[in-house]
Amino acid sequence: MKKYIVKRLLIAIPTFIGITILVYLLSSLAEGSPLDMLLSNPYITAEEIARKRVEYGLDKNVFVQYFNWLKQLLQGNMGYSYRTNLPVLGMILERLGPTLVLTFSATIFSVLVAVPLGIMSAYKPYSGWDYISSGLSFVGSATPNFFAGLLLIYLFSVRLKLLPIGGMYDTSGIRTLPMLLKHLILPAMVLSIQQVGRLIRQTRGSMLEVLSEDYVRTARAKGLRENKVLVRHALRNALIPVVTELGMMIPFLIGGAVVTEQIFGWPGLGSLMVMSITARDYPAIMGITVFVAVAVLLGNLLTDLIYSVLDPRIRNQ
Amino acid sequence: MSTSKTSGSYMRDVFRRFRAHKLAMAGLCVLILEILLVVLLPMLFPLDPYTSDVAAFGADPSVLHPLGTDEIGRDLLARLIYGGRVSLAVGILSTAISVAVGVPLGLAAGYFRGILETVVMRCADIFMSFPSIILILVLVSVVGPSVLTVTLVIGVLGWPQFARLIYGNVLSVREKDYVESARAVGEKSFRTVMKYILPNTFAPILIALTFGTANAIIMESSLSFLGMGVQAPMASWGNILYDAQSIAVLSQRPWLWVPPGVALVITVLSINFFGDGIRDALDTKMKL
Repeated sequence: MKKYIVKRLLIAIPTFIGITILVYLLSSLAEGSPLDMLLSNPYITAEEIARKRVEYGLDKNVFVQYFNWLKQLLQGNMGYSYRTNLPVLGMILERLGPTLVLTFSATIFSVLVAVPLGIMSAYKPYSGWDYISSGLSFVGSATPNFFAGLLLIYLFSVRLKLLPIGGMYDTSGIRTLPMLLKHLILPAMVLSIQQVGRLIRQTRGSMLEVLSEDYVRTARAKGLRENKVLVRHALRNALIPVVTELGMMIPFLIGGAVVTEQIFGWPGLGSLMVMSITARDYPAIMGITVFVAVAVLLGNLLTDLIYSVLDPRIRNQ
Repeated sequence: MSTSKTSGSYMRDVFRRFRAHKLAMAGLCVLILEILLVVLLPMLFPLDPYTSDVAAFGADPSVLHPLGTDEIGRDLLARLIYGGRVSLAVGILSTAISVAVGVPLGLAAGYFRGILETVVMRCADIFMSFPSIILILVLVSVVGPSVLTVTLVIGVLGWPQFARLIYGNVLSVREKDYVESARAVGEKSFRTVMKYILPNTFAPILIALTFGTANAIIMESSLSFLGMGVQAPMASWGNILYDAQSIAVLSQRPWLWVPPGVALVITVLSINFFGDGIRDALDTKMKL
């Protein structure tokens, strides 16, 4: 088991380095170098610009600059935001919580909706449930997050006035769990819309496969009640690929959070990303991108581990 | 799986199976209708998506403006139609770019193996494990948002999907007897790839093409919705929604933002149905 984890970690390292190189190259390609902003200031002197150039390390070649940046990065220094002048890492950590809350609740929501639907449609193919869930998965994966968001805001916030239009808490400054939940419902639903379709298809497919296995027939033959056959013998095995699917959805979840947080004014990493992109705030853009890369790698690692716990065949390889 | 010389009866079977797929036929009809609409309507009627009607700022739907006008008096129906042109074109062109980049890379990685295989497929893994919208946003912010850059960026970053698909297919085909015998009689590797391997990967490419186009359309509209895609005055379905983000428009004038959103959903849905139909008709055992 330990060997397995170490192996997975070692595979993650080149991926991490690849992403840092990509991010670094991209932002050094960007025209908006930090000096341009200084140059546009009419009161700045040539010496000051030269001093800043040295201070930012812009007088060195690209490789040296990259390694300096990477060294700083590994020590947790992501530089200062051009927009707010605050440390980028601090800004990211401050917004990590809301994004985690949003993505986790979206995942839980989609599992709660998709897994039962997938099971039922596999158990009785071509039944009403089957049509409902395939309809849902088709429409869900065809609806862009932002349109679903606008529709739900229109319906639940504008017309029915049941739920708040955006934000994480209201402006009163009081922060309670019920208030958070009220603000969370719509964004979590929107974020899960596209995942639900994929999860339904995956659950249905693997459940269908498992139901035709010999051990399910054996379980039935020895007279087990159908509930028990379904839950203990079929579902347990059918859920293994569903876990992998959940792991593969992590990048889509983070990508979806960018748009969803923007619509609902959710104070997370996604809306910070859009803000930083609009302001061409490169230290923040680079910081968030690298941070997301690490998060994705850790997520994949975690999925692998859960997978190996669920499926002993992998662990013992 | 088809062979390089497709027999007439095989294609007849494919068409028959496709026609039997009702949803796929419906999807195809909707798509054809949509393309005809966005191409022909501006030629038949004087639609102007750019000029403000000074007599009608933020007007309700009327005979003159069936979907009303926006804040600065531009006709929404005209913007919807012209936006459809842009959204469909960006979707199709960027997927074509993804194929043009991904297919050769996947072919080369699968056929030549070795270091090329490691580098290409490792890169594909990296790209696919990362939320593409973030990379696209970063790239677009570097090169500046416009129709051209958005198309290029979505297209280029869409390569891993196709590379992986082709790669897997080549691996399974390259050990087949006919490829081996081609090698044995001394055919050049480029010729072997073009003559025996590429035709065998045609079906999966076609299927991936449809789903890729649907994804590209959603991506373009998301970017435009964030203000980092197609830029005003040019219209796209995404940026019409971007312009409609005020609470006044959202609550009082749904005709400004519902039509482009519905158009998007219908388009993507039709493409997906169409792709499903092709997959069933070609009878490949692939999973997407």
